Amino acid sequence: MSAETRAEIAGLGIAAARDAMRGGGLSPVELTEACLAEAEAAAPLNAWVHLTPEIARDEAARAADRMAAGDAPAMCGIPIGIKDLFCTEGVPSQAASRILQGFRPPYESTVTAQLRGQGAVMLGKLNMDEFAMGSSNETSVYGPAINPWRATGETRALTPGGSSGGSAAAVAAGSCLGATGTDTGGSIRQPAAFAGIVGLKPTYGRCSRWGIVAFASSLDQAGPMTRDVRDAAIMLGAMAGHDPRDSTSADLPVPDYEAALQQGVRGKRIGIPAEYRMEGMPEEIGALWAQGAEWLRAAGAEVVEVSLPHTRYALPAYYVIAPAEASSNLARYDGVRYGHRATLKAGEGIHEMYARTRAEGFGAEVQRRVMLGAYVLSAGYYDAYYKRAQKVRRLIARDFETVFAAGVDALLTPATPSAAFGLGDMAEADPVQMYLNDVFTVTVNLAGLPAISVPAGLDGRGLPLGLQLIGQPWGEGPLLALARSVEEAAQFVSKPEKWW
Amino acid sequence: MSEIDIETARRVAHLARIEVAEEALPGLARELSAILTFMEQLGEVDVEGVEPMTSVTPMRLKRRADAVTDGFYPERILANAPDAREGFFAVPKVVE
Repeated sequence: MSAETRAEIAGLGIAAARDAMRGGGLSPVELTEACLAEAEAAAPLNAWVHLTPEIARDEAARAADRMAAGDAPAMCGIPIGIKDLFCTEGVPSQAASRILQGFRPPYESTVTAQLRGQGAVMLGKLNMDEFAMGSSNETSVYGPAINPWRATGETRALTPGGSSGGSAAAVAAGSCLGATGTDTGGSIRQPAAFAGIVGLKPTYGRCSRWGIVAFASSLDQAGPMTRDVRDAAIMLGAMAGHDPRDSTSADLPVPDYEAALQQGVRGKRIGIPAEYRMEGMPEEIGALWAQGAEWLRAAGAEVVEVSLPHTRYALPAYYVIAPAEASSNLARYDGVRYGHRATLKAGEGIHEMYARTRAEGFGAEVQRRVMLGAYVLSAGYYDAYYKRAQKVRRLIARDFETVFAAGVDALLTPATPSAAFGLGDMAEADPVQMYLNDVFTVTVNLAGLPAISVPAGLDGRGLPLGLQLIGQPWGEGPLLALARSVEEAAQFVSKPEKWW
Repeated sequence: MSEIDIETARRVAHLARIEVAEEALPGLARELSAILTFMEQLGEVDVEGVEPMTSVTPMRLKRRADAVTDGFYPERILANAPDAREGFFAVPKVVE
């Protein structure tokens, strides 16, 4: 197979590959081999942290058998990448942390079990920020993943965003057809925007959290990262559904999301939240946002100005709640049951073992958030910080409820306050500067809503920019239809030029 | 401006069970202070009469029978342990 043919095959969308395989023009084995070769060639991107070619070849052969037997669900034979946060049986799953070095789960997460059960082929595990805490992939123990996109005429390495940066880089580089991501404050949507792909965070409870390493349990949600909206619809269908092992997973039927793309946009009412017009927002982002509203209007939607008055309090509320939940969730990493254990000196006991194991095993950002969480939950500060943040969270959720109750179907906002920035650019910045990356995305996690980032254009330096659509609870179908309309209007066909 | 002193930083590190070297405490105190100052904006919000949001979707948690549904494979449970002996996790001696 020539390099061009290989890249062309691996560059197929999920829908196109599915149709080609069902028609007999392409075999799952061929497709998997093309992706494995592309993934190996993409080593300079540092997106793939554990490749699993043996598993992939085995799953591809089984997918071929299912095809032959006429039992081929939509994801059958589709090669995908899995964020390192998902537990995959017998395969390293370490949340990009030193503390889980060598951990091989004896079980499989529900989401990956569903995908693989429907015939998807696992190519390997993908880079991310440690425990999903970060917006640039720079907190990873594996070192940062690198964005396949570069500014025009430049060779400087850019971040693919975070935390699902490896997923975004792998999909954008054409080394897998789709990847799983997780989103606690924007970790699917921001990297998708930085890498020019589609990223969907479903409604809280739509996908099971079972077997996904927990960061902040009331905010975490898994979702698909793909090259177009149709592919996101197909992949979500395979990931979603009720799971008795996650008590917050919703016992609701999973609609046919691909069919929902037909719904169209005519007569829908789209809200533009005034509070998202941030001071100092780059002009290009503001212009793209206005363009997005125009596209939806031209497609027959009604665009109205709305107000979400508590928006500016979302980031501070998030950075109380998420670290508080993280400090509780990460208490389990103590060197007793799995992962790293520190070496003790003579005369030291279990308390030194706990504290040193965690000091050696957690990186700086994770330590910072665990300590912050311990502080806001501690006696004397609980009411002032944690309880107050939970009250503000309710007000933020209520802002959305009020707008939806007034007849608004969805909201349109920018996905990120900038295009991808350079690796190392934020090294000297205060942690709060990095947190500002989440300004447009974090409200959605606090309110538990579905939202999607769609690539909508390039900035003046040739880097992708995304628009975000926010939907009503459980309304992933109508949301995908709106996203499809934006995608059609934007005609975003640019690909990163291959330098790796 | 929220001021975390070195003593508070030491206490927080202890609460989090993370060993922090003495010379790293002033830097930690400064970082935590900066983040907490950012969070102090929450004080501006009128939250009078607002119930804290403790569940994301207005759904009642499902119940199931209180019965054993999983288990019986200690060797798999212990497979990732840094130290396991005779079917148990092994830890340094605990003397209180």
